[in-house]
Amino acid sequence: MKFEGISHKFGDDINTDYIIAAKRKAQTTNLSDLVPYIMEDVSPGFYNKIKKGDIIVAGKNFGCGSSREHAPYLLKAAGISVIVASSFARIFYRNAINIGLPIVECDTENFDEGDLLSIDLEKGYITNKSKDIILKINPLPKIMRDILSEGGVLIYLKNHSTFEI
Amino acid sequence: MGKTISEKIFSEKADNDVKAGEIVIARVDFVFGTDTNTSASIEHFEKLGRDKVFDNSKIAFTFDHLSPSPTSSAANIHNEIKKFVGKYNLKLFADGEGICHQLIPESGYIVPGDLVVGTDSHTVTHGALNAFCTGFGSSDTAIVMALGKSWFQVPETIRVNVNGKLNNMTESKDIILYLISKVGTDGAIYKTFEFGGDGIFDLEIEERMTISNMSVEAGAKAGIMEGDNKLIDWIKKRSSRKFELIFPDNNARYLDIININVDELEPLIALPHSPGNVDKVKNVKGIKVDQVMIGYCTNGRMVDFRRAARILKGKHIHPNVRLIIAPTSRNIYKQMIKEGLAEIFIDSGAIITSPGCGACAGYHSGVLGDGEVALSTTNRNFIGRMGNNKAKIYLSSTVTAAASAITGVITDPRDLKEE
Repeated sequence: MKFEGISHKFGDDINTDYIIAAKRKAQTTNLSDLVPYIMEDVSPGFYNKIKKGDIIVAGKNFGCGSSREHAPYLLKAAGISVIVASSFARIFYRNAINIGLPIVECDTENFDEGDLLSIDLEKGYITNKSKDIILKINPLPKIMRDILSEGGVLIYLKNHSTFEI
Repeated sequence: MGKTISEKIFSEKADNDVKAGEIVIARVDFVFGTDTNTSASIEHFEKLGRDKVFDNSKIAFTFDHLSPSPTSSAANIHNEIKKFVGKYNLKLFADGEGICHQLIPESGYIVPGDLVVGTDSHTVTHGALNAFCTGFGSSDTAIVMALGKSWFQVPETIRVNVNGKLNNMTESKDIILYLISKVGTDGAIYKTFEFGGDGIFDLEIEERMTISNMSVEAGAKAGIMEGDNKLIDWIKKRSSRKFELIFPDNNARYLDIININVDELEPLIALPHSPGNVDKVKNVKGIKVDQVMIGYCTNGRMVDFRRAARILKGKHIHPNVRLIIAPTSRNIYKQMIKEGLAEIFIDSGAIITSPGCGACAGYHSGVLGDGEVALSTTNRNFIGRMGNNKAKIYLSSTVTAAASAITGVITDPRDLKEE
């Protein structure tokens, strides 16, 4: 899997309440209705800035807080292709892979808003084309690579009938 | 090499001798879903194309986040869940019964040594029962409902030894706020906190739950505690299942060991906008508060309300403050009435809400206004958490919250003269 896109930079501890506020979840039974509200409390208008294929770059502990799977789902539905962070909260990490949104763990200190990033998940590196930096990506465990490459955990389960490790 | 509690539980549930770092497939003893995240689980479950759940006695749902429904969409969500519950003959804790993190343990569904998952990050609360309990997303939960198992990475463990004795102005909340501030909000990502020491055994089970509850605010996958006779008695009153306490081996391998002496602990408070942004209450006292909240899944049990009542008895809250009391379950609510605490709260000017999550995550019953300040015994103070991104949230113990409700400003409870 290869991706190329423009980065949107966020800081540390971007929690799932920031990605989609809890109150929004009580406002509809149709999840897609919530896409325009992503990051509304920390980056108003963020949804309108996203072009399909764009990449979120963040600091440590991305996706901390609530277990809501809405968070990675809505980021993907908004057009985000990959999330790159120096670390992820574990429930978000699982949820993102489960819904088929690739995540990349690497040092993001030298990445800025608007950088052009290119990612090769198979070879395991990320290139910041705007800054001429190439970094290695921390590899995903095999089961997560399998789930991701098959398009998410529900498709994986249909293909395998149970988890295979 | 010996094993941690987590390694022992995963070895048992995976029928294999496993250690930290390994990926295993493990049997799950109990799985539950809250109303906000269960619609998605149901949708995913239907997509799996299975016609039955793995064991209908090991699955429960709770109407807690959206109860009583604040919107018509929330009521529709509840009705969808009711249909699913009816179809598969599952347990439902309906409106007004309380929050999953009290209902599941108080109903005897969990015993020491269990592996439990729930669609809520605060599932770690149940680690106080010497069980491995962790939060799952909706897809993972749907799969557990179908298969009765999932894949897990056996986590590394940070051992936390708690020693000493709290005084009547410090609480288990201060212990966990201290720990989060020490390791940071990402200090335990992918890892387990394993708690032990006489400072833990000195606590009531309900007080231990407060510590396990907020373990996830340091990123922890679980906040598991050693057990004792107090725990055995607590479980036996609620469950007829056989169990044995799980202890770590003496030569267990830990990633880190943290020692906390609670004798010297002072009342602590998390400042906006992070549970890791902790200071001593005495350093921030005097800040005006508009709303004080006592209860919810972190601090809404009898031990908390008895403490709050001790402070509020015969007093009236400040005229500019709304004090909201949210019991964690209907049983606690009834006990609160029985012991005369409800009357103390009402006479002090407090509002008692139905058991549930309400304002903690900004759903209803206490959503904040622009520029307002809340002091709450809950677990998160992120921007917008209580429904308004122009509000500020502070997190504290129940005695600090109760004292501040009286004065109208953040108050060190030691400054209040007790009658």
